[in-house]
Amino acid sequence: MGLNQILGRRSPLAKRSLSPTEVYKFLPRTNCRECGEDNCMAFATKLVNREATLDKCPPLREKGREASWRALWELLKPPVKEVTVSSRRASVKIGGKLVMYRHELTYHNPTAIAIDVWDEMPEEELLKRVREVGELSYEYIGRSLKLDLIAVRSTSNDMGRFGEAVKMVRENTELPLILCSLDPNVMEAGLVAYGDGKPLIYAATRDNWKDMAELAVMYKCPLAVSSPGDLDGLKSLARTLTEHGVEDLVLDPGTTWDGSLSGTINNFTMLRRAATKVGDELLGFPLLAVPATVWVSEGELPEVKAWREACLASMLMVRYADLLIMHSLEGWAILPVLILRENIYTDPRKPVAVESGLRTFGSPNEESPVLVTTNFALTYYTVAADVESSGVDCYLLVADTEGLSVESAVAGRKLTADKIAEALKDSKVEEKVKHRKLIIPGRASRLSGEVEELTGWTVLVGPLDSSEIPKFLREKWGSKPP
Amino acid sequence: MAQVEEVRGLAPRILDLLKDVEELELEDVEMELGDLELILQPPALTLPPAKPEVRLKPERIIEERFTPPRMEYPGKIVEVKIGSTKSEGGTRSRSIVIGGERNPPFYIFEAPPPNPPSISIDVFDMRIPLAKPVKEHVEDVLDDPAAWAKRAVDKWEADMVNLHLVSVDPLLKDTPPREAAKTVEEVLQAVDVPIAVGGCGDPEKDLKVFEKVAEASQGERILINSVTLDMDVGKMADIVNKYGHTVIAFTPMDMDKARELNRKLYSYLPKDVIVIDTTTAALGYGLEYAFTIMERVRLAALMGDEELQHPISSGTTNAWAAREAWMKMDPRWGAREFRGPIWETITALTLLLAGVDYFMMMHPAAVKTVKTAIRDLISNRRGDEPSLMRWVSTRF
Repeated sequence: MGLNQILGRRSPLAKRSLSPTEVYKFLPRTNCRECGEDNCMAFATKLVNREATLDKCPPLREKGREASWRALWELLKPPVKEVTVSSRRASVKIGGKLVMYRHELTYHNPTAIAIDVWDEMPEEELLKRVREVGELSYEYIGRSLKLDLIAVRSTSNDMGRFGEAVKMVRENTELPLILCSLDPNVMEAGLVAYGDGKPLIYAATRDNWKDMAELAVMYKCPLAVSSPGDLDGLKSLARTLTEHGVEDLVLDPGTTWDGSLSGTINNFTMLRRAATKVGDELLGFPLLAVPATVWVSEGELPEVKAWREACLASMLMVRYADLLIMHSLEGWAILPVLILRENIYTDPRKPVAVESGLRTFGSPNEESPVLVTTNFALTYYTVAADVESSGVDCYLLVADTEGLSVESAVAGRKLTADKIAEALKDSKVEEKVKHRKLIIPGRASRLSGEVEELTGWTVLVGPLDSSEIPKFLREKWGSKPP
Repeated sequence: MAQVEEVRGLAPRILDLLKDVEELELEDVEMELGDLELILQPPALTLPPAKPEVRLKPERIIEERFTPPRMEYPGKIVEVKIGSTKSEGGTRSRSIVIGGERNPPFYIFEAPPPNPPSISIDVFDMRIPLAKPVKEHVEDVLDDPAAWAKRAVDKWEADMVNLHLVSVDPLLKDTPPREAAKTVEEVLQAVDVPIAVGGCGDPEKDLKVFEKVAEASQGERILINSVTLDMDVGKMADIVNKYGHTVIAFTPMDMDKARELNRKLYSYLPKDVIVIDTTTAALGYGLEYAFTIMERVRLAALMGDEELQHPISSGTTNAWAAREAWMKMDPRWGAREFRGPIWETITALTLLLAGVDYFMMMHPAAVKTVKTAIRDLISNRRGDEPSLMRWVSTRF
């Protein structure tokens, strides 16, 4: 038996192959239902599918069950540790990944995005930037996409200056912080100024690891480990810091772009595979990428750098980065990154659907238009936003297309004349309006004849893209049915 | 700085674990006495006497080796060669080979891909609605597919041209097959790169068009885009075979359908003329489905699924269907002149990492960025490590 096994350095592999039975044998097996499930076996299944957590089972925390609780914790803990970075009021969880590929289960904890400020920024500029990061928000499928953290960098290398900047940022944002300096004295000044909370310390390196480790332990903060382009060094530092007693590490293998993208992408890929497939616990920590490095190069237009940074951020998000430090706040550069994150982190096990049925917008009356759409979340929220922006009071009939968009649903026979007729009947909308005019999506125009036959309603073919709905309603409907 | 609470001492854990172990053998451990610093903590008086906690603090870095986690894959992707040179009976200046991978995309630590992914630029045979940022680059050639194709190759360095015969659609111009074939000939004369030719999506009309096009471009080994499950697959395959071309098998976001279509094609065609397209959805509009299906297809193929071992094609131009790509938005989200092309770029880069071998693209800036990324990804160059930490203290 080697020391590695004794120390439990290998995490259980292939999380998906964990069976409910393995989990069940450590549960109380009393079927007490305190977790909300009918019995312990059902709870075990939920645990294995990561749809429930151990804290839902109070009996597990009773005296005498410590060994079972520990065993379950070991069985269920993700190969990539979950690390929390927090301010006094907010916290961000990073890592906690169970799988390498999203189709193996799902990805947890969307890649967190930090935007940088530095301690030599004029006060006004600093505050404006901090405010901007906090306020940035985009509505997408009924959710608000936002940025997560602020990274305060010390460009002055001056303790007093860094402390002041950290204090100012802390007082003007609720977002958690990353403190960036390679000088332990400057870092400590920042930690002292910050007070309560757990900012991420960036970073321990081969040169300063001991002092940074002391700070991480003393201030109980997570610690980033940086070893650019040197994975032997990264692993050595992870081992050393773990032995030192630092429990929450974040690994930074270095981020490059200038023709050496392959090295960066490969390092991230190898690290994540080592953690999830090989079970190397020393590398089972969240990964940090710094797309902001593109701003170090000189002589290029800021647009070029913002473009490059967004591309780099996207590729690294796809290739396993759990945390990004970025610089550009250009809307066109940040928006695709936020949306890509949302896409990659969507649970592949869930059809992206909303409830079908009749929705009302404003206060519709018996003259108001009736529109049809599908229950694919993206379609529904897009259409809903456009209907709202038209300001017209109306009914929206959401057909159950099993979460497919209009085009796919028509092609796949999930949106048919029968389906529309059935939805129309079930909605009882004919009792609410006096007219018999139905507006169907432009991409479902081929169904119009058949819908008219089945329902006796007159069909108006709406626009191909729902952004045209306001104009369509204005021109075709006006204040009463055409 | 010793912490009283929750010390991760090794000693108690070792003792705990050794309860049922008779003998202990230490492997891979080197210790020098100087490495160990023992801190003994007196137990707090209010607690029952516990085992003394031991904290070992390393004095210097404990050196570890990182071993690249390489794997073996039983499967291999077929190589598909598109375009014929003079010596091969065609008139192209070079052929393009895609596919041939033996490991996941850009896992250079195992092996570099034998052929870099290729990029083609879309050309249409009639005016279609194009987003403003795209249109402004081609305004003067919209009615001249040959000139458009020439610009794509000469100015934007497209590896291939992807001609879409949109006008053959019975609901649009219903262009006769013969006339469509003429357009293909004009494009073949205008450029010397391999070309792909697409239809309108009407399964019956496309078959007639492809027959004439295939005949007119005999010997050129074009890439026909595409054969689908709702076409007469046998007839289509015969056309590909008879005139010596290659073909894209297109299926709607479904691995089983991709297998099914390939199975049908195998009765008529050799594997190495088939490229697969499992559908591309735009960033924000289903990209995750496209990404995961491609990733699964590629991994399954490498693990030995013989019905999926083909290069993957992506209609990346679909990125422009996302409203964020073409719409005027609140100024907060910047000009669409940037938003559109970066939408296409990031859609492409995401799918590049899923395993796409052949991209159909539209915007010159997107094409340029993806070409650069491909070059960098296969270069295996390392970064300038010492300067990598400069960002921490640089004023941007």
